[in-house]
Amino acid sequence: MREDDLSILVVDENRLRAGVIEEALREAGYGRVTLVHEIAGLVRRIEELAPDVIVIDIENPNRDALESLFQVSRSVQRPIAMFVDHSDRGMIEAAVEAGVSAYIVDGLKKERVKPILDMAIIRFKAFAKLRSERDDAKRALGDRKLIDRAKGILMQQRGIDEPTAYDLMRRAAMEENRRMVEIAQSIVTAAGLLGGKGKE
Amino acid sequence: MTRGIIRFGFLPLTDAAIPIVAHEMGFAAEEGVALELSRETSWANIRDRMAVGHFDAAHLLAPMPIAAALQLLPLSSSIIVPMALGLGGNAVTVSSALWAEMKAHGATSLSTAREMGAALRQVLQQRTRAGLPKLVFGIVHAFSAHNYDLCFWLAECGINPMLDVSIAVVPPPLMPEAMQTGHLDGYCVGEPWNMAAVARGTGVIVTSKIEIWKDSPEKVLGVRESWADTHKDELKALLLAFDRSARWCANPGNATALASLLSLPIYLSQPVEVILPALTGSLEIGGAQRRIPGFLSFDAPHSTMPEPAHAAWFYAQMVRWGQANLSKQNLERAMKCYGPETYAETIGVQYRQRGEIGGFFDGRIFDPKRIESYLTSLPFATA
Repeated sequence: MREDDLSILVVDENRLRAGVIEEALREAGYGRVTLVHEIAGLVRRIEELAPDVIVIDIENPNRDALESLFQVSRSVQRPIAMFVDHSDRGMIEAAVEAGVSAYIVDGLKKERVKPILDMAIIRFKAFAKLRSERDDAKRALGDRKLIDRAKGILMQQRGIDEPTAYDLMRRAAMEENRRMVEIAQSIVTAAGLLGGKGKE
Repeated sequence: MTRGIIRFGFLPLTDAAIPIVAHEMGFAAEEGVALELSRETSWANIRDRMAVGHFDAAHLLAPMPIAAALQLLPLSSSIIVPMALGLGGNAVTVSSALWAEMKAHGATSLSTAREMGAALRQVLQQRTRAGLPKLVFGIVHAFSAHNYDLCFWLAECGINPMLDVSIAVVPPPLMPEAMQTGHLDGYCVGEPWNMAAVARGTGVIVTSKIEIWKDSPEKVLGVRESWADTHKDELKALLLAFDRSARWCANPGNATALASLLSLPIYLSQPVEVILPALTGSLEIGGAQRRIPGFLSFDAPHSTMPEPAHAAWFYAQMVRWGQANLSKQNLERAMKCYGPETYAETIGVQYRQRGEIGGFFDGRIFDPKRIESYLTSLPFATA
């Protein structure tokens, strides 16, 4: 059987991520890829499509429903098992780590499933990385605001200029082996507690 | 002194109170462990994350560790149950439309579980005569007390759950919406998801778990066996913390504080007034207020002692509905999941093994040693 004979269903509410996975699968020669974004009617879609492989976001709340459908195999023509039966421990861990799960039709060979899962894991990971980078960026912005506020407090309370205030905080961070933002947080908190003005 | 971090998964339900309170009220910290709570979206997710070692312990459906021990679930890993997380707490809610039909067949706010079932049976018979489609009832998982409670109640009332209705799996927080949008006609779920439908005016509670089976098990503390073997001190600390937490939760004076805590966005994210009725045992059944003492009980150690006979009953239901095969070995495996010894020893109480269990609304007594004759005495048994 060629790759394009396999029917793959991607269930992901994240349209962007689902699109990226679809594209990657098509490029790898899988022609029969279906995307489902909405939970409603998922069970019926699976009955219609009879997919060989289902790739699903691990956080999808409908996984319990999906698994019960596979147990009551009356509603699906072919029994479907979780990928656990088709892969090794390392792959299971990698998938859960990346936030992706998959269900495979019974009898499908391990080596036919692996490239699909590998691809999904890589794409999910890339998305998780993007999200954490975005979170980091947000945090960095928050940190900078906090440092600016602490600097303002120091300038006002000690009557010093900006470079001196900054230098004071930097030295404190080095001496106490703490991050700049932690020093800034202490200054802002202390100013609040002591009734000082926390505003810039 | 902190012995270590215990990574713990839970679902947004009122019966996740013991772990949440153990963390929030500082009982875990006082016993020397730090609980890292993680709210999950499905039982499958909790199971997977336990199997790969992301979680050491979790808030679990009471039959799940048994299903795992019998290899009935994917990614089954060895999970032991050293403690239960309370008794009761489920209810059966039907849509306003179905309630109107049940009322027309004699159901009232004072009806017993059996009378409610009789009214439902008449509704179903009338629908069959009129050629209307089957009613759909929601449960949270194939291996859940909800599934067995609902089917036990229906069957005893003369309704074959495998033929006369359709059963669908829906995540607990989505139940009220699924019913509002007409995908479900009724469901059996833990709190606050029954009261959530009552509060919206879209559903009516018709019976509760305590009426179907008094003092019945619902959620348990599931612990990865490999973790328990290597973290004996942490496990004891966890049991001590949970025992204190259960006692705090069981104190009626703490009900409002508990409801406020659970209502936080990181936990249940539901209004206090929706959570509180289950904790005070004052619920609206059949549209009228009713006192149901012990609706959801955290009374330690009575409500928190894991009971192997309960595990045997769940296993019997798995056999009854064709999920598992009947064998002596399977029964032993099921009962072995629930180990009361460590908890009893840790809190210094004597555990006395129970032979038979009762409290069922059908009046039958269950004896794990006579599982076969029990099963043949039940209606619609496939075994």
